[in-house]
Amino acid sequence: MRARIGPWIAIIVGMIYFLVPLIATFEFSLRMKRGEYSFEAYRIVLGDPNFQASFTYSALIAVAAIIFGVLLVVPTAYVVQLKLPRLRPLVEFITLLPLVIPAIVLVFGYLRMYNSSSWIPLTNSVRGTDFLLTCAYVTLALPYMYRAVDTGLRAIDVRTLTEAAQSLGSSWPRILFQVILPNVRVAVLSGAFLTFAIVIGEFTMASLLNRPAFGPYLQLIGANRAYEPAALAIIAFIITWACMGLIQLFGGGRQNAARR
Amino acid sequence: MAQTTVEIAPSKPRALPLTWLGVVPFMIFALMFLILPAGYLIIGAFQTPDGSFTLQNIANLNQPTIIKAYRLSIAISAASAFGGALLGFLLAYAVVLGNLPRWIRPTMMTFSGVASNFAGVPLAFAFLATLGRSGLVTALITSIFGINIYRYGFNLLSFAGLTITYLYFQIPLMILIMTPAIDGLKREWREASAILGASTWQYWRMIAFPILWPSLLGSFLLLFANAFGAIATAYALTGSSLNIITILLFAQIRGDVLHDPHLGYALALGMILITGLSNGAYIWLRSRSERWVR
Repeated sequence: MRARIGPWIAIIVGMIYFLVPLIATFEFSLRMKRGEYSFEAYRIVLGDPNFQASFTYSALIAVAAIIFGVLLVVPTAYVVQLKLPRLRPLVEFITLLPLVIPAIVLVFGYLRMYNSSSWIPLTNSVRGTDFLLTCAYVTLALPYMYRAVDTGLRAIDVRTLTEAAQSLGSSWPRILFQVILPNVRVAVLSGAFLTFAIVIGEFTMASLLNRPAFGPYLQLIGANRAYEPAALAIIAFIITWACMGLIQLFGGGRQNAARR
Repeated sequence: MAQTTVEIAPSKPRALPLTWLGVVPFMIFALMFLILPAGYLIIGAFQTPDGSFTLQNIANLNQPTIIKAYRLSIAISAASAFGGALLGFLLAYAVVLGNLPRWIRPTMMTFSGVASNFAGVPLAFAFLATLGRSGLVTALITSIFGINIYRYGFNLLSFAGLTITYLYFQIPLMILIMTPAIDGLKREWREASAILGASTWQYWRMIAFPILWPSLLGSFLLLFANAFGAIATAYALTGSSLNIITILLFAQIRGDVLHDPHLGYALALGMILITGLSNGAYIWLRSRSERWVR
């Protein structure tokens, strides 16, 4: 069959719609100095101590959320796969809930449940609020992290690996962390990068919990500056692209290997 | 020989703690950060400040501001979901069945992965630089056609503007969901129908569409819920000037703008119901469509 005109039109119109905003944003970000193109906006943004502080903060919370998420999801997915398949529908339903309940509603619930006059007054202290924000991000990423790990576990023979390790005398922690985890590390990594991409610029939860994260910083700059937001949008796009690229890099080779 | 194999047996009783370790922390986490917080708001929506049961909070939702906010949110979500589903489907179709050069498909899929996650505040910046008052495209249209779109009533900070902006993550999401579904249309079905004398139109109306419609409708509902819960893009674009439900709830959480915390709970309940229904229908439809798409 020959390539018809319709698909080409669809692709070209799609490309225009997707590329024009990126080009426009990039062009706009270069216009800070009158009459010439320069990277002035980028220089100012990257040199801004608030940029560095908020980005570092969000990156740290993201890493904490990834570690916490992996520790929470891997044992659960493993046990569900190996011992309690009856629980699978329930666990899958729970992991889908963060897609059902909007983030703003969840954080509203946290603010009511964990405020200073509640049983667990997490928002009383800075560390407590950081912990709450980390848990909030684990929740946001739960659907993606669980799906990734579950797919990874289905692709390997969990039962044989477990029995082999058991008969060699491994303890349970050792089976989980030295046998199972290394075998699903590609899945865990793709879940981790996806979590990072979702969490790094997250605005609603960080803003309502009053933490100095990257998302609220972005919003503040957007409300007060002209050219810096465009530079920040390009930076954010590159970060998202890097996360997706790393997922493909780690996952792609494996998929190809499996297909052959 | 028999004496050495006995050693395997003692590992059996240790299985129980692992099972607990795998499931209990997860369930506690789900209770603490998903079920109880949502439950707190849902119960609060049916309570008076002193804790007795009431339906007054739900009835109080019937205010012009709140009704308008729900309406605008639903309109923007439906428009961006419909546009995203239609255009995303066309692009996915073109990529899978369009006989285009091979490199287009992986490029498109990677880009869709990026763009569907490129939401929130930076997306608002990108569209301000494109279609804002001093945006590149706005300026281009002015200089080429001599038309200032803002003078003709276009405004990025409106229903149309927000819908166009949301499409930037809705279309790629649709491409990601629909590509496997279109892949699932087997070549044999097309060939069989052609042999039996069916036209292209008949093939689509009687075979492809009936197989794809659960995926199509389900994706539309997923996209709808996706846009309905979104706030960051709209907030960064418009501040708090656009009256959509997430921005109203945001303002309510920040400063109790409705002067009644329990009305805020009712607002949240309404949102959970809407996203819950559309997501629930999506999950149901997806399980229907998975029978064909293997």
